[in-house]
Amino acid sequence: MRKPENTIGTSVPEMRSALRTHRFGWFEIVMLVVFVAVYYLLPGYLPLATQVAIMIIFAISLDLALGYGGIETLGHAVFYGIGGYAAGLYALHVWQEPISGLLVAAIAAGIFGIVSGVVVLRAKGLTLVMLTLACATMVHEFANSMRAVTGGDDGLSGYRIDPVFGLFRFDLFGRTAYIYSVCILVVVFLIARVVANSNFGLTARGIRSNAQRMQLLGVPVLNRLVLLYAISGALAGIAGALSAQVTKLVGLNTLAFTLSGNVLIVLILGGIGRLYGAVIGSIVFVVLSDRAAAIDPFNWLFILGGLIVLTVWLAPDGIAGRFSALTQQLRGRERKS
Amino acid sequence: MPSLSTLLSLFIDGASYGMILFLIASGLTVTLGIMRIVNLSHCGFAMIGGYAALALVSMGLPLLAALPIAVLFTMAVGFLLEQTIYRVVYRTHEFGQILMTLGLTYLMVATINLLFGSLMQNIPVPEALNGVWLAGGLTISKYRIFLVAVSAGVAVLLWATFEWTMFGAKLRAAIDNPRMARASGIDVGRLLSVAFAAGCGLAALGGVLGAQMLPLEPFYALKYLVLVLMVVTVGGLGSLKGSLVAALALGLIDTFGRYFVPEFGGFVIYVTVFAFLLVRPRGLFQNA
Repeated sequence: MRKPENTIGTSVPEMRSALRTHRFGWFEIVMLVVFVAVYYLLPGYLPLATQVAIMIIFAISLDLALGYGGIETLGHAVFYGIGGYAAGLYALHVWQEPISGLLVAAIAAGIFGIVSGVVVLRAKGLTLVMLTLACATMVHEFANSMRAVTGGDDGLSGYRIDPVFGLFRFDLFGRTAYIYSVCILVVVFLIARVVANSNFGLTARGIRSNAQRMQLLGVPVLNRLVLLYAISGALAGIAGALSAQVTKLVGLNTLAFTLSGNVLIVLILGGIGRLYGAVIGSIVFVVLSDRAAAIDPFNWLFILGGLIVLTVWLAPDGIAGRFSALTQQLRGRERKS
Repeated sequence: MPSLSTLLSLFIDGASYGMILFLIASGLTVTLGIMRIVNLSHCGFAMIGGYAALALVSMGLPLLAALPIAVLFTMAVGFLLEQTIYRVVYRTHEFGQILMTLGLTYLMVATINLLFGSLMQNIPVPEALNGVWLAGGLTISKYRIFLVAVSAGVAVLLWATFEWTMFGAKLRAAIDNPRMARASGIDVGRLLSVAFAAGCGLAALGGVLGAQMLPLEPFYALKYLVLVLMVVTVGGLGSLKGSLVAALALGLIDTFGRYFVPEFGGFVIYVTVFAFLLVRPRGLFQNA
């Protein structure tokens, strides 16, 4: 029941932004500097920073599906969980090498994206939301009942992960885990950028704005959406796999509704449809929930809940949206003067 | 093959479970039908009702006296929220609505956690309803029968209101076509406020009566949300009849599924819902 946002199709600023995003901006540089600085300045917070990196990957994957393709999902955790379990089982039974583990997870989650996408993405609006939710809950219950394979409630654990490239052992302080995660994050970010700015990505945006019109223009809408969903799923699978490799544990919570909700919150905090919104949102979300939980483990949901309500209310485009509105204002002012 | 009496008692369990789901879902389907708002907080109102009754009962009130007070209290809370926060929710885009109501649910969970602690709690069943009836090798819990009777009564009452009163006619009009209803002079906004509060009351009723099956805990609002949403979607938005059928079907399928294929536990119901929504994405009874 989504109304076409704009009858002409893509608006001029949107086109301009689509062209501009091909270039690397200051944001990527600042991000890299921050990640390097964290390593040297806050060694005690590396595990937390690793969580941030993983959450960023997860949120980026959702942004591709939701922000670019307009696929409204309440069950994105399904890919995260499948990736996690795939990586865990792979390490437990096949090979402990981490990078091939990530690939296996990405393929598993990607295939699930194609299979579920073909059936789910025919629906729109509320039915789509409900189907994604039902799909995720189904897999969650399935993992719960396959106790022999997944460990059920206790989670999957007891596997080792080999050193990265056979050289860098995962240490107690999480240094390797951090660098490894950040490197994967950079790769994922680049992939997502390429996808988002490709013709394919622009088609996806077109579908989000007006699916019917794109269909009339001869775009195979369902195919495109399924492909986007699968790519998004594969990236989310990588996030889940990273978490599985770094923490050496995959729990049922990786498939849970709460995680699907949390990643949405991350994206709405940061801003949908602009990739770096996922970065800002993840940092704010993970750090805030960690701090709030440390200060008051029982009542931090107050902060989280209040934050969501206030964000949607006051800054529906997220922090990044506020920010770009601000810079656009400034630019406009410069032009006038 | 299990005996007939086992089947019958499974049936009663499933039906009473389904009726509780229906009570909670009925308010949601009406508000969803009118406003197309996915109100993820709806289960929170059932929780608020349950905890209000719990507080009253632990102060010494009998359950049947606490029940109406808890329902009225929840209606008041729902009305207040509808007049304030939901005004903002209505204005945002579809996905913002989902997120905002999710945020609101978190706030409810946190509030309940603060007030009542995180333990699972049961509302004690009154003496008169405790125990079982024995009839020809059949054991039937009195409370379950009471549940089915009460919720069937409420369902009939709802149906009568919908079919035979002016208010019901207006509601049906608003669900069919909100704009047209507005154009013909129906105050849809006010109608929605009333329906919203009534829906919260029904949810509270379900929360209190169903506390035996769906025990109270702060995460109640999230835990049973998926089930309730499924009832609404399977039934078709805005269709009370659909919700009733869907709730009963889900309750029965879940109960029988857990009994006959215990190794798959809760899995059966989600597969069923998923398959069903693929075949009929608009649910059982919806032609809009």
